[in-house]
Amino acid sequence: MASLNTLVAVCLIYVAFLFAVAFAAERAAIRGKGGWLRAPLVYTLSLSVYCTAWTFYGAVGYAARSGMEFVTIYLGPSLVMIGWWWVLRKLVRIGRTQRVTSIADLISSRYGKSNALAIVVTLMAVIGVTPYIALQLQSVTLSLSIFSDAEAVVRRPSATAGFWVAAGLALFTVLFGTRNLNANERHDGVVIAVAVEAVVKLIALLAVGGFVVWGLGGGLGQMMARIDASDIGTWQVDSSRWLALTAVSAAAFLCLPRMFQVLVVENDGDRQLQIASWAFPLYLMLMSLFVVPIAVMGLEMLPAGSNPDLFVLTLPLAEGRDGLAVLSFLGGFSSATSMVIVATLALSTMVSNHIVMPLWLSLRAEGATVSGDVRNVVILSRRLSIMVIIAFGFLYFRFSGGSAALASIGLISFVGVAQFLPALMGGIFWRGSTRGGALAGLITGFSIWAYTSLLPSFGVDTVYSAALFEEGLWGLAWLRPHALFGLGGLDPTVHAVVWSLTLNTVFFIGVSLLSFPSPMERLQGAQFVNVFDHAGPAMGWRASTTTSEDLMIMAQRILGAEEARDLFRTAAHAQGISGYLPEPTPAFLSTLERELAASVGAATAHAMVSQLVGGASVSVEDLMAVANESAQILEYSNQLEAKSAELTRTAGQLREANEKLKALSVQKDAFLGQISHELRTPMTSIRSFSEILRDTDGLGSVEKTRYASIIHAEAVRLTRLLDDLLDLSVLENGQVNLNLVTGSLSELIDHAVMTTRSGAGKLSIERRRLNEAVSLTTDHDRLGQVFVNLITNAQKYCDAENPTLTVSVEEKDGCTMVRFADNGTTIPGASRALIFEKFSRINDKDGSGAGLGLAICREIMTRLGGDIMYEPDEGGNAFVIQLPSEKRLAAAQ
Amino acid sequence: MGKRVLLVEDELNIVEAIRFLLSREGWQVETHVDGATAIEKIREGRPDLVVLDYMLPGKNGMDILTELRADSDFSDLPILMLTARGQSKDRAQAERAGVSRFMTKPFSNTEVLNAVRDLVRAKAQ
Repeated sequence: MASLNTLVAVCLIYVAFLFAVAFAAERAAIRGKGGWLRAPLVYTLSLSVYCTAWTFYGAVGYAARSGMEFVTIYLGPSLVMIGWWWVLRKLVRIGRTQRVTSIADLISSRYGKSNALAIVVTLMAVIGVTPYIALQLQSVTLSLSIFSDAEAVVRRPSATAGFWVAAGLALFTVLFGTRNLNANERHDGVVIAVAVEAVVKLIALLAVGGFVVWGLGGGLGQMMARIDASDIGTWQVDSSRWLALTAVSAAAFLCLPRMFQVLVVENDGDRQLQIASWAFPLYLMLMSLFVVPIAVMGLEMLPAGSNPDLFVLTLPLAEGRDGLAVLSFLGGFSSATSMVIVATLALSTMVSNHIVMPLWLSLRAEGATVSGDVRNVVILSRRLSIMVIIAFGFLYFRFSGGSAALASIGLISFVGVAQFLPALMGGIFWRGSTRGGALAGLITGFSIWAYTSLLPSFGVDTVYSAALFEEGLWGLAWLRPHALFGLGGLDPTVHAVVWSLTLNTVFFIGVSLLSFPSPMERLQGAQFVNVFDHAGPAMGWRASTTTSEDLMIMAQRILGAEEARDLFRTAAHAQGISGYLPEPTPAFLSTLERELAASVGAATAHAMVSQLVGGASVSVEDLMAVANESAQILEYSNQLEAKSAELTRTAGQLREANEKLKALSVQKDAFLGQISHELRTPMTSIRSFSEILRDTDGLGSVEKTRYASIIHAEAVRLTRLLDDLLDLSVLENGQVNLNLVTGSLSELIDHAVMTTRSGAGKLSIERRRLNEAVSLTTDHDRLGQVFVNLITNAQKYCDAENPTLTVSVEEKDGCTMVRFADNGTTIPGASRALIFEKFSRINDKDGSGAGLGLAICREIMTRLGGDIMYEPDEGGNAFVIQLPSEKRLAAAQ
Repeated sequence: MGKRVLLVEDELNIVEAIRFLLSREGWQVETHVDGATAIEKIREGRPDLVVLDYMLPGKNGMDILTELRADSDFSDLPILMLTARGQSKDRAQAERAGVSRFMTKPFSNTEVLNAVRDLVRAKAQ
């Protein structure tokens, strides 16, 4: 009998061989010679990762214990491959177009790229697969123990051996699966190694089978007779179990993370799937071919109490066929390792992508700056995940006792991962399904599974007490783990399947109907459900019945008549057609769509061309994209409207400014006209009389003197006018330097009266000196100028018989008011508004004033921070000067 | 009996100057400061010549010119207009209104006398 050492050596050589194969495959793939790696045969063989140690060892044990029921495990996947080929095709297409890396990725992506959902699915997958990995550990440990100690057949496998097996598998998987990191999550090396292992396990099982039938059983005919004679044929078929197990294994085939990995992630085209749809059932048939004969012979020949799960190994050993036994061991080893590698690879990807990386990224606030940095973190997180997952498997193996039949352990995992099915199928066939529904269904189904299937599997008194099975949780009979809601009498597996999947589905549909999908979910939903309607960006237009005229009309509306005609003419020319209407070939339609897209956006362009071409459907996605674009366009147009309003406002302001300028221009013309008149009028007299004096002979001396006086007076007038104009100009431009002095108001008025005495005429001035004792801080020269002006005006224009000017002072609101009131004719109402305007001469009898005096007064008072007002008085006119308080003067400066 | 000239002007010194000039040429000079009164007087007794200032209190020279020319009796009355406004558009406006001669202040005495002579001679022919 081969020693354990030999066996370990054989294993190491075998592993080295697998490494070599994987290495060669990856090298070939890198050098671009890896086409054969994507051959449908390789794909089909890689699917055999479904056949684990459970199938290799456990199926025989299953048959020995329960008869033909083991077939259900093969039946489910075969039915999926043959009957549900179209479901697979859709799944594979979605996986490719969405660049899906795992089942958790697919489900979360479908339901609005929800990371919460990804985490839930990942955790469920890890927990669900744990018993399955334990199963592999158990089978390898068992098979090794057989070689080390033949008597161990009936004993429980040792935990120490189990630990070393787990450690070895972990090391192997880490080395194998995470040597490098492929961007697309495909693993050419792994796939080819799994395919090789598939061949090894098939050959091993067929060899053992052949040996059993022809070597031990005495040929086919005798074998059939033995089978008929055995108990296997007489096992009662439990139809509910058959139905449930077939359904669960079908579901598990789609939902197991490792199956999803090889089926969807590693898939490279529909052709692989086409071949696999018949080749894989064939493989399964070959694998199951000798299960019954081996079981029958084992039961017949080996001592009672032998573990039927190991018949594949113990039969050759018992017959002294060491070589066959080692081959058989390698077959089992292959089954176990391929499962562990692919499963932990898939799970570690999920854990790393959906749990570790988001955590790591959120902990590192600055984010990853160096790509190599992330790469190392990803690889490390995957390696750790692999080890943790295998450690879970070991713990399960340790605590569940490792004594259960392989098949029953496997079924627990199957039911667990089958919980993904409603969310998965709903996601790709039902647009109405929502994230809430998926979460509700998954959590419900998983909880029921854990309660009714996973936790009881640890055995009585490990997690559950015996009482709990009898009386239910918290003594509630309807919560008994194997008789939920009082539905007793069922097989525990069927019970778990029925309740978990039914409530899962009910909650999934119910919550989906009650909740509304977010826009992201709608978009993803449309892409998933209609995956075949969208062949991606490379999709061309189908030949259509559209006339080019329609397209032309549309294009003209969008591109403009000229451009559209040019575009069409060029296309027609390229097609060798004269004129401007090309054939609506797919190439032309694509060009047109691109041109339109530049103006109206891709989605709108696509929708418009679709409308006219009629051959392609406008999907929800298209419409949403159109809506999106329209929203953007709307916003843009709003912005334009705002801009336009602003421009209108600006134009209005400009128009206003222009009106003002025009008015100013008119004013300026009038002003120039006035100035011209005021200057030319005295000039006229001066010139005319000077010519008279020069040209006229015999003028009398009286006349000569008179004319010279006129000339002199007009010259003076002219000078005064020029002085006033300059003064006003200076005041208006604000170029006045105020000479602020503090002095008495009374003295100021005295000075003004003195200055004007020469022109006083009949005018008498009345004052109340008592009130004039006011101290003023102001420019006394300028204020005096105002006083002089007002007194002079009264002297000139007061037409009363006894002209009188009354000067009075009063305090009012903190201001000093000086009032100059005459007793002449009141200025008519219409003229009052013009009093302070330039050149406004009211009642200018002798024409000596230019009408600038009061304008100057007003300017001066403004500069001094005060004011001058006209007040028509009963029987006279009054000018009131408001003098600023000290404070207002300071503010005015 | 000399010829009659009606002078409408509000600047007293200018009135005196023109009166001096035209009297020496044998004109009988009648002056008015106010435009409205002037028109009345012209209607009462047609003068041989009107010398009209542009800027006047009340009715201005342009108004008087327009009013007179609107009356067929005075369509050929010689009118000499004087202005101190010195703006070219005023000349154009006055010529459109039918002024006989338009002069800008300050004028040369010889120019005024020549203009008056021309106007009277033209009328006589």
